[in-house]
Amino acid sequence: MKVPLNVKNKMFQKPAKDSDKEFKIGRVNQVKLLSFPYIIWMVGFIIIPLLMILYYGLTDRDNNLTFKNIALISDPINRKALLLALELSLISTIICLLLAYPLAMVLRKNHKTSNSFIVLIIILPMWMNFLLRTIAWQNILEKTGIINSILQFFHLPTLNIINTSAAIILGMVYNFLPFMVLPIYNVLVKVDKDVINAARDLGANGRQTFLKIILPLSIPGVVSGITMVFVPSLTTFVISTILGGSKIVLIGNVIEQQFRLGNWNTGSGLSLVLMVFILFSMAILSKYDKESEGSNLW
Amino acid sequence: MVKKIFERFYIGIILLFLYAPILILIMLSFNKSKSRARWGGFTFHWYKELFQNEDIMNALYTTLIIAFLSALIATIIGTAAAIAMNSMKRTPRTILMAITNIPMLNADIVTGISLMLIFVALRFTLGFTSVLIAHITFNIPYVILSVMPKLKQLNPHTFEAALDLGASPVYAFFKVILPDIFSGVISGFFLAFTMSLDDFVITHFTKGPEINTLSTKIYTEVRKGIKPEMYALSTLLFVTVLLLLIIINRKGAEKKVPLKQN
Repeated sequence: MKVPLNVKNKMFQKPAKDSDKEFKIGRVNQVKLLSFPYIIWMVGFIIIPLLMILYYGLTDRDNNLTFKNIALISDPINRKALLLALELSLISTIICLLLAYPLAMVLRKNHKTSNSFIVLIIILPMWMNFLLRTIAWQNILEKTGIINSILQFFHLPTLNIINTSAAIILGMVYNFLPFMVLPIYNVLVKVDKDVINAARDLGANGRQTFLKIILPLSIPGVVSGITMVFVPSLTTFVISTILGGSKIVLIGNVIEQQFRLGNWNTGSGLSLVLMVFILFSMAILSKYDKESEGSNLW
Repeated sequence: MVKKIFERFYIGIILLFLYAPILILIMLSFNKSKSRARWGGFTFHWYKELFQNEDIMNALYTTLIIAFLSALIATIIGTAAAIAMNSMKRTPRTILMAITNIPMLNADIVTGISLMLIFVALRFTLGFTSVLIAHITFNIPYVILSVMPKLKQLNPHTFEAALDLGASPVYAFFKVILPDIFSGVISGFFLAFTMSLDDFVITHFTKGPEINTLSTKIYTEVRKGIKPEMYALSTLLFVTVLLLLIIINRKGAEKKVPLKQN
């Protein structure tokens, strides 16, 4: 019932240049006061805590300024863990993108049923604990697991991927695929049908329409999907613990271990290195995400 | 036609990929054998055991309380913030939105560590309250992002009309604005609840030794083997939500029918 009304409004309003004036709750200026609890909360529990990491990362136990914690990243073990984490998260991001894009395209076509599908792939699985879901992959991948039982039944050679990098990549793709599907789907449904029809009218074939119209318009969603998959994959320590056995160590495992052992300064220093990568991907994201102000995520 | 079949098939494969582990967990909850690797026959034993297992019930209680309180508080703070941000000028709004995005884009491990450091610096004992604060912190953005689009769809004149007709701003808010954005507020609440329920990493760093949520309890059992009661509990939670979603969808479908006839 609300939808037609909005469409009507949009039709009559000029595309607002001054989007500041869109809507204000009355002439009441005090409405801005409503953001105060939020601002205080975010400063207290987001900004100051991040500065704490900076402080711990740049000091030693006696609170003296030092770069030793950050330099520890060049330690062979830590460097290997970082490089491996980068490699695995890049691979799983690419796989997620290759799986998610066609899926989002299909969903876009029948987007009346897609909303419930989105719930089905994102919200519902979360009610089965994420650790348990990852543990269930052990059952599937193990030497005597489900896949191998099926392969043996057909007398095919068995797979041995549990406790390898491949299992970790699979775990990453499994856990983070929905976060790639959602942003891509969100931009694809917003692509104006008239633009696509215009391209077809002007003689473009399906492939050209995709390459010249749909793909460029969906880039913001792709970029946001890449960040949403890359960052958690790069920093995970749970998936590698469960599916990688004890031999494979990612940078997330190293940091978690440092904190468990009480070496907060070292852990913070390594987190700072990690944050460089996170900030880098955030910067790329914000470049593409200016217009939507991030509000199209859900 | 072939294309359509192929598309269906693709969606099916993805769903199978996403749901295979869940099906396995449901199966394991009925497994007589205590070991994860062997099928020992069908049983309801673990469901009966579950309610006698005080540890798990305590963890469940903590998890649900934290999920509920954090979602509720985040919904209040987040909705208020979204309304305020919506009436701000472009620059402050963009800055606030960027801050909102930090916990969503930042790595959980970094958020968790940073919160732990601030709690320790404030000499705040890690426990129930610290976990609750942490969950509120990462939940607020989800609420804001759910409410924001609804606010943008609002017709600005209805609120002004209410004021012109003599309503106080607060009264007008509850009578005019809230009903219109309510679906966004509710979905923000449930999203936040679900996020809190499924969180492990941030809880792991901000909880003290005395308290356990389901996630952290499962993590301590990863090495020595998960207690089958845990599978039973997860199955119950999952099936409950599945049924709720089906009921909501049914109701939504019923509501839509008369509209179509118009």
